[in-house]
Amino acid sequence: MQRKTQKAKGRRQKAEGRRQKVEGRRQKAAILWVVLLIAMLVPSAAFAQQQQPPKPAAQDGFVPIDQLQPKEELPAAPLVMAAYAVAWLVVFAYIWSLWKRLQKVEAEIADVSRRVASGARR
Amino acid sequence: MSFLGSVWLVVRKDLVVEFRNREIAYTTLFFAVSTLLVFSFGFVHEGRAVEDAAAGILWVAIAFSGTLALGRAFERERQNETLRGLLMAPVQRTALYLGKLAGILLLLLAVEAVIVPMVGLMFQAPLFRYPVTLIALLVTGTVGFVAVGTLFAAMLVRTRSRDVLLPVLLYPITVPVIIAGVRGTAALFQVDADLPMARAWLSMLVFFDVVFVTLALWTFEAVMTE
Amino acid sequence: MSKSFPVLTLILAGMFVYAPVLIVGAPYESTMGLVQKIFYFHFPSWMAMFLAVFVAGAASVAFLVRRNPRADALAVAAAELVVVFGAIGLITGPLWGIKAWGVWWSWDPRGTSALVLWLIFIAYLLLRRFGGPGSERLAAAVALFGMFNVPFVYWSVNLWRTLHPKTTVVSSLPVSMGAPLWFSTAAFLGLAVALLMLRTRLEHRRAELDQLFLALED
Repeated sequence: MQRKTQKAKGRRQKAEGRRQKVEGRRQKAAILWVVLLIAMLVPSAAFAQQQQPPKPAAQDGFVPIDQLQPKEELPAAPLVMAAYAVAWLVVFAYIWSLWKRLQKVEAEIADVSRRVASGARR
Repeated sequence: MSFLGSVWLVVRKDLVVEFRNREIAYTTLFFAVSTLLVFSFGFVHEGRAVEDAAAGILWVAIAFSGTLALGRAFERERQNETLRGLLMAPVQRTALYLGKLAGILLLLLAVEAVIVPMVGLMFQAPLFRYPVTLIALLVTGTVGFVAVGTLFAAMLVRTRSRDVLLPVLLYPITVPVIIAGVRGTAALFQVDADLPMARAWLSMLVFFDVVFVTLALWTFEAVMTE
Repeated sequence: MSKSFPVLTLILAGMFVYAPVLIVGAPYESTMGLVQKIFYFHFPSWMAMFLAVFVAGAASVAFLVRRNPRADALAVAAAELVVVFGAIGLITGPLWGIKAWGVWWSWDPRGTSALVLWLIFIAYLLLRRFGGPGSERLAAAVALFGMFNVPFVYWSVNLWRTLHPKTTVVSSLPVSMGAPLWFSTAAFLGLAVALLMLRTRLEHRRAELDQLFLALED
């Protein structure tokens, strides 16, 4: 009796597995279709939305020189502070990284030395 | 076995193996042509190329296809485990290096013989205005690139991630070669060609080649010895 | 760890605390004003980076010639410092440049050369990290080539472009600007030495760990 139920269970599991596989394949196919659809729709929409190509700049006339100055309005103080902050941060980040790596190696050395010592005693 | 004799032996071996199926030659050539095309789409606007684009695209194609050829040439050695055989042969290490260098150099020069005329056609580049200087630039530039590349590719043969590591290592170090090659060629392709400028770049390439071939010879010896 | 390390650390701490005092006290530069003060950290970072480049190159040669693992440890430590100090220089440069010249990056010779060198040593570290066993010698060749490349990179990029303050800026500095500059430079170089000591210690401890693992297997 037990064997029959076990066999039945086995068959049910196999059938379930097959169903899941088919379901999985169906899901993958569905995803593929959706992706293809989007891939075709998006560029079409983009093309539909595209306006007339913009007129070449030369026809807009010359750009006055006083509208082209470099960024003199940029305040210098934040830049200077950012520069120093970066220097400090990078150095400290490196020191921290070195410290962590050293800790790790020291811990491993302590661990392995212990194991070697206990092994040698045997 | 004389030194030059050994070098020739290595070159001949590579040429014979390559002639048998010409795999690397054809695929590298096609890759170079494709690169030319792809980059042209980036730099040609309304039917005309951006200024100096021709020289830039040419050297990018040389650099990319050179990297490919280098990788493939040594991959073939690795797959057939012939590198160990070569190292064990009574051939001087430096001769081995020069032989491999010459082989790959010949391959790349053959590829350039095809893509340089293509560039001339595609961009109306004046190839025959100063042909000697142009050829000199191409040869010295390719030598510089392949000299460094052969060393690195040979050393990477037994390294993990070798495919991506070769360009990672090669490109930053060959920046002077690329700059000199592009600017020298651009100086020649300009509307009013700047021959002195091109010669200045050429002299830099010669210096680079001398220094780095020497360095590579020394390093090959030091690194390949077990 | 050598006895000089704690002493060095103390001196450096003092220097880095005092440096801002000197820098704030320095006069404003006539055309660039406040933003030029980035120079007092920017220039020393580059000096530290170049020191590290040459240490890495020299140590790599020593390693290739003698296969001494301590030389290799020094080389990898120096390479990491190239990346660290190079990063500082590459970030402070544009922060200065956007104000002084109106652009973040201008492809000028020195900046671009420094960028290329920085990339070479990042490639070195990538190789050591992902190249698997036996990549130390190839990495040494990379560092060696990187060191010999310095003049060529500079020559080629210089012939290609020019915008950076000319080299004579540093030598013609008035004393009021020279003092904070050289003080900061000394501080950065001292920092580089201290970090080298720390990093080589890490490498030596790792080697000891490897030995211990081998002993464990016996």
